[in-house]
Amino acid sequence: MDNTWPLWEVFIRSKNGLSHKHVGSLHATDAEMAIENARDVYTRRQEGISIWVVESKDVTASNPTQSEELYDPAKNKIYRHPTFYDIPDEVGHM
Amino acid sequence: MIEKDLNQIFQTRIDADEKIEARDWMPEKYRQTLIRQISQHAHSEVVGMLPEGNWITRAPSLRRKVALLAKVQDEAGHGLYLYSAAETLGAKRSDLLQQLIDGTAKYSSIFNYPTLTWADIGAIGWLVDGAAIMNQVMLCRTSYGPYARAMVRICKEESFHQRQGYEIMIALSQGSEEQKAMAQDALNRWWWPSLMMFGPNDDESKHTAQSMAWRIKRKTNDELRQAFVDASVPQAEYLGLTIPDEYLKWNEERGHYDFGPIDWDEFWQVVKGYGPCNAERIAARRKSQEEGKWVQEAAMAYARKRKQRSQDQKTKVA
Repeated sequence: MDNTWPLWEVFIRSKNGLSHKHVGSLHATDAEMAIENARDVYTRRQEGISIWVVESKDVTASNPTQSEELYDPAKNKIYRHPTFYDIPDEVGHM
Repeated sequence: MIEKDLNQIFQTRIDADEKIEARDWMPEKYRQTLIRQISQHAHSEVVGMLPEGNWITRAPSLRRKVALLAKVQDEAGHGLYLYSAAETLGAKRSDLLQQLIDGTAKYSSIFNYPTLTWADIGAIGWLVDGAAIMNQVMLCRTSYGPYARAMVRICKEESFHQRQGYEIMIALSQGSEEQKAMAQDALNRWWWPSLMMFGPNDDESKHTAQSMAWRIKRKTNDELRQAFVDASVPQAEYLGLTIPDEYLKWNEERGHYDFGPIDWDEFWQVVKGYGPCNAERIAARRKSQEEGKWVQEAAMAYARKRKQRSQDQKTKVA
């Protein structure tokens, strides 16, 4: 029987107002232990005030080999940026 | 801890400019106010696609068309960010959408006006988005974390919206007499409804005092409206267009422009559902929801089938 503890991804909110950010991963038997271990490993110097853990197998990631088809189409859509439009300085910030 | 103490602690946190996050204790009324405000904001983004979508196929050049398409696409995304922020407060997306089509939730009354000419697309970008940005820049500092973060993202994306509108206005106002007249006509029709976007005057606004105390809002309706007028006057002057307000005048003492009284009867008529396009907008949303239902059902059925198949596969292998 495989007794390897499952892998968990850890997300920490450094302070209220900011989003949780991925900081790393750890092994734990269940979600509760994962939170406890994350507290011990990732917040020893008050790095956070809130922790999320997600079992790594539940994270679906995009495929790196597909990055061309996924992200290239945005490259030539320069009209999505404010600098594409000519606005004279006289009218103030816009 | 008793409710009174919790309220006290909550207000102390707000006063210290701390952000409130989804799992924090909050007064029930704070939660309800936010759900109402954020969902109405989301509805406005979604309904706001309708008057502009009206002109995508008739944009005068490819440049204008891709810009308008990109803008309308952004509004859909903004609706999504905001519905998601409301969902962090325990609201259900399907309930919110239902409230929009049954009329129990409001959306910005500006979208109940029709887009009659191409110049309206210019005026909407310049004035309607300009007014929205005034409000949204303030909301980047709102006390509820998920709402503030959604607003930061929205403001970043929104900055091109006003510029593309103003660019249209420049082109028209420097064009033929006919084009210039079209630009002026659009300004005439959109100016006052844009000022109404900031909501009732402060002494008439029933939510303002509490929303300011909770720092959901950081500026009052009248403060924002004044800032918008001050920013817009020089922009109209550059275009060589006249703002349709005979009382509009620089006030040296206040350091602001004075402006004429707003027709609040019109505002309330439109809010209550009697604007030129209220019925049309709601009908469009209802149609889209009803006719899109089978797509949602089919996609769910397909996902279930795939899951079942992969489970059957596993059983076979085992």
